[in-house]
Amino acid sequence: MYKPNQQEVTCIVCPVGCKLTVVRDEHEPEGYRVLGSQCKRGEHYGIKEVTNPTRMLPTTMAIKGAHLPRIPVRTAEPIPKAKIFDCMDAINRVELEAPIKIGEVVLENVAGTGVDVIATRSMERITEPLAVHGG
Amino acid sequence: MQHYDVVVLGAGPAGLGAAVEAHKNGARNVLVLERDRELGGILQQCIHNGFGLHFFSEDLTGPEYAERFIDELQELGIEFKLNTMVLELTEGKVVKAINTTEGYLEIPARAVVLAMGCRERTRGAIAIPGYRPAGVFNAGTAQRFLNMEGYMVGKRVVILGSGDIGLIMARRMTLEGAEVLAVAEIMPHSGGLTRNIVQCLEDYDIPLYLKHTVVDVQGRDRVTGVTIAEVDDRTQPIMGTEKHYDCDTLLLSVGLIPENELSRGAGVKIDPATNGPVVNEAMETSIEGIFACGNVVHVHDLADWVTEESQRAGKYAARYVQEQLVEEGKMFETRPGNGIGYIVPHYVRVSNLDEQLPLYMRVREVFEGKRLVVKADGEVIKRVKRRHMAPGEMEIVKIDSDKLRERPIAELAVSVEEE
Repeated sequence: MYKPNQQEVTCIVCPVGCKLTVVRDEHEPEGYRVLGSQCKRGEHYGIKEVTNPTRMLPTTMAIKGAHLPRIPVRTAEPIPKAKIFDCMDAINRVELEAPIKIGEVVLENVAGTGVDVIATRSMERITEPLAVHGG
Repeated sequence: MQHYDVVVLGAGPAGLGAAVEAHKNGARNVLVLERDRELGGILQQCIHNGFGLHFFSEDLTGPEYAERFIDELQELGIEFKLNTMVLELTEGKVVKAINTTEGYLEIPARAVVLAMGCRERTRGAIAIPGYRPAGVFNAGTAQRFLNMEGYMVGKRVVILGSGDIGLIMARRMTLEGAEVLAVAEIMPHSGGLTRNIVQCLEDYDIPLYLKHTVVDVQGRDRVTGVTIAEVDDRTQPIMGTEKHYDCDTLLLSVGLIPENELSRGAGVKIDPATNGPVVNEAMETSIEGIFACGNVVHVHDLADWVTEESQRAGKYAARYVQEQLVEEGKMFETRPGNGIGYIVPHYVRVSNLDEQLPLYMRVREVFEGKRLVVKADGEVIKRVKRRHMAPGEMEIVKIDSDKLRERPIAELAVSVEEE
């Protein structure tokens, strides 16, 4: 894989949003030097962003028998950034059936990432229109 | 007729937080009224993560954050009515509402908590030229269509406004296969959180044009194109800087307006700086026993702070119905000084404070390496360093109540000063 000697990264560890320059440097213990960071956490973030960037992927899945046609889901852990669209393809091929409980695994090992997809809300099976009263 | 201790208007993060906390603090009959078909409010369409980082020290999505409070509300047996529209609130705290099973309802309450949230500013409100074809959506409306109803609103998209909803929708539309061509922002800085600029725009190479606005929308039945242009320092478009995009959709993320029709109808005093009720330390409005919290008071950028504020409103509403709230006594005003747009709360009655007084505020512009300085009648009582402050990020300063009890204070001012 092609790796340029230097990459620009905007730090998101805190609201300051430092502009980091991550430079390849064999003399450093982690192989990189981070310029422009005001803290240690920013340095770690910078190196992670150029070596193994990951993202949480929140999206929705189709569902039958619920009060809505979509149910929100997310990856249980952050996945590699480069796998985001592969995961979206896999997630969009699934159709669930209500009821679903929050936290339930709705797709295992999405797109070979080793990470499961979980529901982020509960949806009951709807047999009649939603009641007005609760409590 | 059923009487209630506390009636909460709205079941979003503010209403849920206030209702649960009112119950926990001894309010006996709490009722939540919600116009939507389910609890949770706008959190149910905010399927992205980033919620709960402060409150739960966890990275949750909107629906997950909502479900924690919904579960708690139900475990406590707090009563709620869905599909119920509040028509009017009277100064005497009678809530007039309507739903399809019970018809017209008049609900007398000892205390009311306003938790109606906010709504999106529309195209009409910002006067965008051009025809009125289909394909122009408020970003939050598009978010609800896409994430809950399962409708994809377009394939080639331009977004006006770089507030968080606009940024989040740029990513959502991209993930679902649309092409997001540009995000235009009229201000010289984005109104969104840095993490959203990075993870929603930079990750997908979506260009952000600062100091740009939409100058034309083409298409008669459906949007066929959008033209943006750079603006000068008075936000007037500069001739010759136009960029044209062939697209079918324009999303607007151009600000949120606290939804205060009911508050105004009741005669609650509104602060023109926040467009929300003037409140005191108890989150009580200008009408005794009517409390307010969350985005109906001032637009927050994080649901976590809505929860914190709403729990205070709920707690104080419970104290009010138990006659534990001191309505008279020593009171001072808060005043936004240099660089500060507004401060919530507006008034403080010292006798009702717990250990700390939290001041929520927004700065007027971007500041680097400054201090927030709090002065009681001109005397400095707190200084906090801030490396970075922006209008899009709410600032919170907590003052030890003991410092406010030492002697009578007439005014507490906060200003931005040099380090």
